[in-house]
Amino acid sequence: MIALLIRDLRLAVRAGGGFGLALAFFLITCTLVPFGVGPEGGTLSRIAPGILWVGALLSCLLSLDRIFALDHEDGSLDLLATSPLPLEGVVAIKALAHWLVTGLPLALAAPIFGLLLHLPGPAYVTLVLSLLIGTPALSMLGAFGAAVTVGLRRGGLLLSLLVLPLYIPTLIFGAEAVRRSAAAAETTTPLVLLAAITLFTLALVPFAAAAALRVNLR
Amino acid sequence: MTALLSVRDLSVARGGLRVLEGVTFDLQPGRALILRGPNGLGKTTLLRCLAGLQPVVSGRIGMPAESHAYAGHADGLKPALTVAENLRFWAQVFGGGAVDAALDRMNLRALAARPAHMLSAGQKRRLGLARLLVTGRALWLLDEPTVSLDSASVALFADVLRSHLGQGGGAVIATHIDLGLPEAEELDLSPFRAIPGRPADKPAGFNEAFA
Repeated sequence: MIALLIRDLRLAVRAGGGFGLALAFFLITCTLVPFGVGPEGGTLSRIAPGILWVGALLSCLLSLDRIFALDHEDGSLDLLATSPLPLEGVVAIKALAHWLVTGLPLALAAPIFGLLLHLPGPAYVTLVLSLLIGTPALSMLGAFGAAVTVGLRRGGLLLSLLVLPLYIPTLIFGAEAVRRSAAAAETTTPLVLLAAITLFTLALVPFAAAAALRVNLR
Repeated sequence: MTALLSVRDLSVARGGLRVLEGVTFDLQPGRALILRGPNGLGKTTLLRCLAGLQPVVSGRIGMPAESHAYAGHADGLKPALTVAENLRFWAQVFGGGAVDAALDRMNLRALAARPAHMLSAGQKRRLGLARLLVTGRALWLLDEPTVSLDSASVALFADVLRSHLGQGGGAVIATHIDLGLPEAEELDLSPFRAIPGRPADKPAGFNEAFA
């Protein structure tokens, strides 16, 4: 399992692995918004929580199709399925690797992007916290979408259509937590619900994704 | 002596259509079985069923748990990793085989630090076959293992295979060429070809059941 995690991380940072792409995409999205809605601080700081969360979500989406597609193309997925590793474990590890190269850097870099969007002062801690809690669910649900569409040519678009609706609960509670904290209100409820969604996906999705993979490997 | 693999009255399907029916054979330790038959007969499907990648339609496959290693048409190599890193990964997944020995056996020592995307097709295949050595599994399920190998490499692979059999291992190999293993048994799959339209006691799968 550890070997698989190390291999995936190593592949991500080697040439063509796409490490940092999600981060760069997040940066571009956050710099485009002020150009679109105007540089007026009041408007920006009101929509900043939503923009930051939507941006993080779309950045996560970018690299999802790579979770299983590359392994399927070069035959590694067949070999992993016949290896001693349980396929559920393979799914969980690959989602973890995806989170480590996209979700975690996004959460840590988010305050800088918050600055670009005039995010009000007290919201920064909640922003990082909500992203840390919420993005594992994005990677895990994405792994499920990737497992369903593995083997399909041009499955990327279909993957987005499948996965984005599943991201809605995480988006609602994540953005709500940041918005409340920007308004100096209580943030426990949305954060707890966000954590509940993440734990729920972490518990169930590996089994669903492994079942989807088994069907697709036939 | 218990068989490494015993197959009884096996039917396999591809895309919901039965391709082979009534396949029955046993494989004892130290023996190799070469599957013969024209393209499209179902050799790959049979091997994928034996590897557990695909459900069987009917029949029984008996083998000790966690005893097989499968090598298909694709080698499962990561182009960005070096030859040694690729091999070490699979060794760790399968519980730590001897990577250096496998590199030497498949004549890959000089290429060990080379990224896999720099290898030629034949070198990639040699690396894919070296993976079998580090799995430490007794039963090798090989789907056309000699594709893109030159004759020297085929002979090298036959040597590796022979020593694997000598250690009590076994192999089921789908191939069209002469591997230089006169001691291997051959099984012509043509007589097991499924006859379309013959009523089956069980549908081959979802597609057939709802056709």
